[in-house]
Amino acid sequence: MKKRKPGYIRKEYAWAYLFVAAPVLGFLIFGVAPLLYSVWLSFTSWDLVTPPEFVGLDNYVEVFQDEKVYKSLYNTVFMMLGIPIGMVFALILAIMMNRPLKGISFYRTIYYLPVISPIIAVSLLWQWILNQDFGLLNQTLWNWFGIQGPNWLGNADWIKPSMILMGVWGGVGGTMVLYLAGLQSISTSYYEAAEVDGANAFQKLWKITIPLLTNIHFFVIVMGVIGAFQSFSQIYVLAGDGGPEYSAATVVFYIFENAFKYFNMGYASAIAWVLGLIIFIVTLIQFKLSKKWVYND
Amino acid sequence: MKQKQLTNQWVSLLLAIGSIVMLAPFVWTVSTSLKNQRLVFEIPPKWIPDPATFDNYVTAWNDSPLLNGFLNSIIIVIFVLGIGLLTSTMAAYAFAKIDFPFKDGLFLALLGTMMIPYSVVMIPQFIGFSEIDWVDSLLPLIVPGLFGNIVVVFFLRQYLAGGLPTELVEAAKLDGSGFFRTFWTIALPVAKPAIAAQAALSFMGIWNDFMGPLIYLHTPEKQTIQVLIASMQSQYMGSSNFPVIMAASIISMIPVILVFFFCQRYFIESLAISGLKG
Repeated sequence: MKKRKPGYIRKEYAWAYLFVAAPVLGFLIFGVAPLLYSVWLSFTSWDLVTPPEFVGLDNYVEVFQDEKVYKSLYNTVFMMLGIPIGMVFALILAIMMNRPLKGISFYRTIYYLPVISPIIAVSLLWQWILNQDFGLLNQTLWNWFGIQGPNWLGNADWIKPSMILMGVWGGVGGTMVLYLAGLQSISTSYYEAAEVDGANAFQKLWKITIPLLTNIHFFVIVMGVIGAFQSFSQIYVLAGDGGPEYSAATVVFYIFENAFKYFNMGYASAIAWVLGLIIFIVTLIQFKLSKKWVYND
Repeated sequence: MKQKQLTNQWVSLLLAIGSIVMLAPFVWTVSTSLKNQRLVFEIPPKWIPDPATFDNYVTAWNDSPLLNGFLNSIIIVIFVLGIGLLTSTMAAYAFAKIDFPFKDGLFLALLGTMMIPYSVVMIPQFIGFSEIDWVDSLLPLIVPGLFGNIVVVFFLRQYLAGGLPTELVEAAKLDGSGFFRTFWTIALPVAKPAIAAQAALSFMGIWNDFMGPLIYLHTPEKQTIQVLIASMQSQYMGSSNFPVIMAASIISMIPVILVFFFCQRYFIESLAISGLKG
């Protein structure tokens, strides 16, 4: 008996390792190895044609002196304004939908539709809507309100708000579904108790609903910030050259340009590492801060 | 009671207005795609094209190898979903139900990859794949996916840990069922709904992916549908031929919207579940 047992367990270990082998190998080949390689790359100057040349910290020094790095970082952070805006709309929608109304699943589908639509198609569609002279938005502004709309995508001041507008339209449905799930997990007894105490609708929203959804607020903010730091595709389509005065370029867009347009592989890697570090630190801070405001039961 | 009904009516009205705002861009796109180029620049714009024409769809389809684009995207989806979901489920099962040395350490290391931004690994990956001459083929987009996806592993592990009773696994073992057979006949059926949800989400992610295909695929016949559509923009924007661009956009949207309508439950459920778990 005793002799057979270890063999049987060892066999089970072998099977278990076999079962996890694929993701672990994938992690080593496509995660760890590129990561290490990327560290080395960031200390070199390499155009893929001539042999790479070790340049020490030069790339990093350049990153901190490069105006375009600061500009693209500023653009990226500016466009994060879309996160709170989207959250407000999503919460309002979720509260409205958290009622026994007819056609709720129909509405939910419609608000969710932009979330699943390919970002390239969505960007092209907005390029046409935001067209200065013939786009739907400016036409509507003019015909209904007599307002002369701006040159949304052609003006350095308006291109970031354009991206935010598109992002809110495209993302509100996803956040709404999260809030809806959160609302459904709030016990009705809180509201009943509040009603006994004579709380009005606004007080119930402010004192019960919003505080009890903090885990969802947190999730949406963390994922939203990480996603915004990595946004690229809509910029590539709507502002292929980075937009007027480079005012739409995100950091990833700048990395892409350096790597695959100018073939500065080393420099692009250095910017990527700085971005990766920023994302890591910001996320870490968010988790630390979350202990102060996120309610977990 | 009366007041509640009145509130409900107001809410319905607001939701209806909101959904019109949400839908307007789509309707406007469809409308534009059916117009000829002259009608597009009419002021004020008309929602219903007169005359309506399908020529733009024909032009978009003929001027760009969209069929190849569809096929390329589908090939990536089939391989990555077919094999990647299986490897992910196998790993999830082992992490959820089997005790083995270094289990927690391995799992944490895998979770760590979720923290790595794509922009950090994309350059070394590109250099690696160009060393072995895989650039301008679908391989760099397929092969990494075959090793499974840690987000899927994480999600399925949670699901199996809660949904698959350990007694069931033990009972199967006592009955002489081998490791793989226990996984195949007991764990897999239990995980099915969760796998379906992840399949729906992964399909959307792969189909809509742009940056990877943009970096790797250069010959038009080898590109995915997203890259082809994006490159049509430069081809037609110069002549302001919005109808053809809109027609191409709609063509690229159709598969994902169809899948969404048929698997809607999975999409919204899995998003809600994965969101709450985070």
